[in-house]
Amino acid sequence: MDHTSAMYIGAGLAAIGVGLAALGVGNVFGSFLEGALRNPGAADGQQGRLFIGFAASELLGLIAFVVAILILFVVK
Amino acid sequence: MSAGKIDPMEQFKVEPVLGRHLDLFGYDVSFTNSALFMIVVFVLLAVFMAGGLKRQLVPGRWQVAAEDAVSFIDNMVTVNIGSGGKKFAPYIFSLFFFILFANLIGVLPLAILPGLHTFAVTSHITVTAVLAFLSFGIVLVVGFATHGLKFFSLFVPHGAPAWLMPVIIPVEFVSFMVRPFSLGLRLFVAMTAGHILLEVFGSFVVQGLNAGGALGPVVSVLSFVMIVGVSALELLVCAIQAYVFALLTSLYLHDAVHLH
Repeated sequence: MDHTSAMYIGAGLAAIGVGLAALGVGNVFGSFLEGALRNPGAADGQQGRLFIGFAASELLGLIAFVVAILILFVVK
Repeated sequence: MSAGKIDPMEQFKVEPVLGRHLDLFGYDVSFTNSALFMIVVFVLLAVFMAGGLKRQLVPGRWQVAAEDAVSFIDNMVTVNIGSGGKKFAPYIFSLFFFILFANLIGVLPLAILPGLHTFAVTSHITVTAVLAFLSFGIVLVVGFATHGLKFFSLFVPHGAPAWLMPVIIPVEFVSFMVRPFSLGLRLFVAMTAGHILLEVFGSFVVQGLNAGGALGPVVSVLSFVMIVGVSALELLVCAIQAYVFALLTSLYLHDAVHLH
């Protein structure tokens, strides 16, 4: 396998992490909605925590994206 | 990138506006499109606030918008920092609205007018990292000023058994030191990813039209529908990222003011 194709395959593998982070983000919002439907009165007070959880799980997907971009555009 | 393709990274290029590089002591200090759009953001924000500061007894729409903006930040600060948080409201306000305006100006589709290309200031890690390190520096200054060396007790969680300390303290220290990087990286990557996505689908539209045949226009139309959807998602992401940046900054300030 030559260098360029190995680079593209690596970038594709790194992009898997983005999809996995999508599972995490979906889980955060899904669980929030599940709880919020059981107790709608308490939902508004937890919005800050919702976004903290969203930010934490989204960050890992973004890092996977950065790795893919680094492989594509920075690694020679 | 082979010839004929549209380079999705070209939109992030920082160039001098007037096409001239200014040199000062070996550093390039030319007035770039990045600087231009930071000034545009600042002017828009200043106009928005100045227009809302009329203090009429019966507020008009503009004044209500400005008051809502202020009370939104005020609420975020009181909820997340708690007592003693009010004095950080101006900083959080500037942070949130600078990022929000910069994000929203970045996705304006003004590039259909020739020669006008809106530049997303927050799609550069130099800009977001400066904002993140500013927040981190304020946390450090406030923490050491109010608690002195007791600020280091931030790394010792309540109720953790003593034998766990050799593990917990390094982990807490690393997670503390990583904060400015994760804060800056999140905003920068989210904006960059969105803009690359829009550019890629945009290039699909152009290439589909150029390809002709039966399938070309179909690809173009589908890509265009996708652009509309992704643009709507981008507007949401712009607001969420600005909110998350301000929220995390106020949480870190809570740590500095109250130590857990």
